[in-house]
Amino acid sequence: METLFSMLVGILFAGSIYLLLSRKLVRILLGIAILGNAVNLLIFTAGRLTRDVPPIIPVNNYLPLEATANPLPQALVLTAIVISFSFLAFFLVLGYRAYQELGTDDLLEMRVAEPKEHYEPPLGY
Amino acid sequence: MAATKPAIDMTAAMVTEAVPLADWLLVAPILLTMTGGALAIIFRKKPATQPWIAIAVISLVVFSNIALLNHVLTNGVVTMVMGSWPPPFGIAFTADPLGALLALMASIATLCVAVFAMDSIATNERRYGFYPFLLMLLCGVTGAFLTGDIFNLYVWFEVLLISSFGMQILGNEKVQIDGAVKYAVLNLIATTLFLAATGLLYGLVGTLNMADIAIKVQALDGSGPVLGLAALYFLAFAMKAAAFPVNFWLPASYHTPRLVVAAIFAGLLSKVGVYALLRVMVLLMPEGRDWLSSLIGLVAIATMLTGSLGALAQTDIRRLMGYLVIAGIGAMLAGIAVGNEAAISGAIFYAMHSVLIMTALYLLVAFMFQISSTFSLREIGGLYVRSPMGAAIGLVLLLGVAGLPPFSGFWAKLLLVAGALEAGRGWVVAGLLVSGLLSTLAVGRLWIFAFWRGGNEHTVDGIQALPIAGSAEPKEISLTIWLPLVALTGLIVLIGVFPEGMMSVSDYGAKTLLDPSTYIASVFGGTQ
Repeated sequence: METLFSMLVGILFAGSIYLLLSRKLVRILLGIAILGNAVNLLIFTAGRLTRDVPPIIPVNNYLPLEATANPLPQALVLTAIVISFSFLAFFLVLGYRAYQELGTDDLLEMRVAEPKEHYEPPLGY
Repeated sequence: MAATKPAIDMTAAMVTEAVPLADWLLVAPILLTMTGGALAIIFRKKPATQPWIAIAVISLVVFSNIALLNHVLTNGVVTMVMGSWPPPFGIAFTADPLGALLALMASIATLCVAVFAMDSIATNERRYGFYPFLLMLLCGVTGAFLTGDIFNLYVWFEVLLISSFGMQILGNEKVQIDGAVKYAVLNLIATTLFLAATGLLYGLVGTLNMADIAIKVQALDGSGPVLGLAALYFLAFAMKAAAFPVNFWLPASYHTPRLVVAAIFAGLLSKVGVYALLRVMVLLMPEGRDWLSSLIGLVAIATMLTGSLGALAQTDIRRLMGYLVIAGIGAMLAGIAVGNEAAISGAIFYAMHSVLIMTALYLLVAFMFQISSTFSLREIGGLYVRSPMGAAIGLVLLLGVAGLPPFSGFWAKLLLVAGALEAGRGWVVAGLLVSGLLSTLAVGRLWIFAFWRGGNEHTVDGIQALPIAGSAEPKEISLTIWLPLVALTGLIVLIGVFPEGMMSVSDYGAKTLLDPSTYIASVFGGTQ
């Protein structure tokens, strides 16, 4: 089970890196979305996978009666999902504003902050 | 009615004794900044009140951090666990000298920026939340410096990152949105890689508490996975710290936001990356650091040289400062690459110095723009006549960032060079000294062009330039600009002239990092 999941995580990482290397902002944003999910799945897999045993302690007991699923990675993934979702929302707005203001979604043409014209620095001293 | 449970001894599972009053200092900065940030949002429609809330809260944080550093220096590493769960189950906050020192410096730099911003951030930009973002940024940075849990470190990274995005685009200009796209995407990728490495580390050792990780990593048989993880952490934090060759987001973005915002970014954000490298590479995975030390050394030298050469090649003063930030990051990485006590102490000293001086330098650029209304090295000139006091402060700060005595950067570089010589790493020493020379040239040119030259590029040198420079209308410089500049410059000179105190703190910090036994004892000692 873990092996299959690891391979899936690998495929997701490969796909997201391919998209991140693109020049188009939209594809980069898609890459970020996939990257976040790849990492969530990675944490989940790294915490070992167990089927059908929720980590719940029965009434009148202080310990679970049998081996249960590890709840910690689930808590980590939950935190990471919230964070990556809110970041993605911010990025979508940022990308849209960038397209509105700069008139392009091609990163090679986004040169407002670093203009192509090169000015020689003053050469005295 | 269910059967009554037998009474059980909770002391085995929970921390039952009350937390000592002094240990509350660990979470005080977080509580203060979060409350302050919420207050500042409540007062969003009163832009005149906001700065006073921020300044009051950050002043309290500074006092609290002074007390915390004092507490750490007298009683050793302190730990406080959340929710009374004993470590490694509960999230622990652990302050060692490194974390406490950087937290103090960060709060001082933020206080100076909060005062400086009173006049330089327009009212409508305050409505968009400059002060809440500033407080939450400080909250994230302080949390990162003080936490003892690696997943919690990731959460603080995200807190400071989202605040920094908000500050980056304050003003809504084309150039800011362009810079923000590059800054935001690359920093988010770095943080996600950090999260991936943390997930894998959890899969490997089954714990997230830093002290517990340090124990379990040493006990692992077979170092392969640890080495791979160290490489992944190095990539993630090097991206965050702006180390060559993953630093191209910094020159693309640091000149675009408001200068006070750039000041706080340059002072705090890249230092958080260096701090995380020190924590993970030296405290948690010393084996990984040994394995990577040549690579870190090469990266450090490339970072220093590209930084100082880039600074020499710039016409825009703001972009020149961006490259100086990069050159400083290289020096700290050199300390991590060498990795003996003197070098780590040098890296800590440099990080502390860099927080103060990079903040001060960006504030100086804002001050220069206030008088001359230009950022171009070709246009600027004659500032010496218009403000001799500003010229003096500029000279101190610019020579200080190049690492010349008697300012604080000199002692950091001295420690780094001594450490590298002791370890027989002559090539690291060569890199440090060449980069220091190039930085001195770059900042010397800046000072000569901006302050000494009578006017713009075509001004004739000599006494006849004086009337040109003097003819400009003298500009009123308000107290909110002078106060932070003078305070930061004073600190830099003070630390430079009396370095013993700081040096003993950074030595202590290096000892705690290299020998994790006191750190581990602080986390587990009191509760097991």
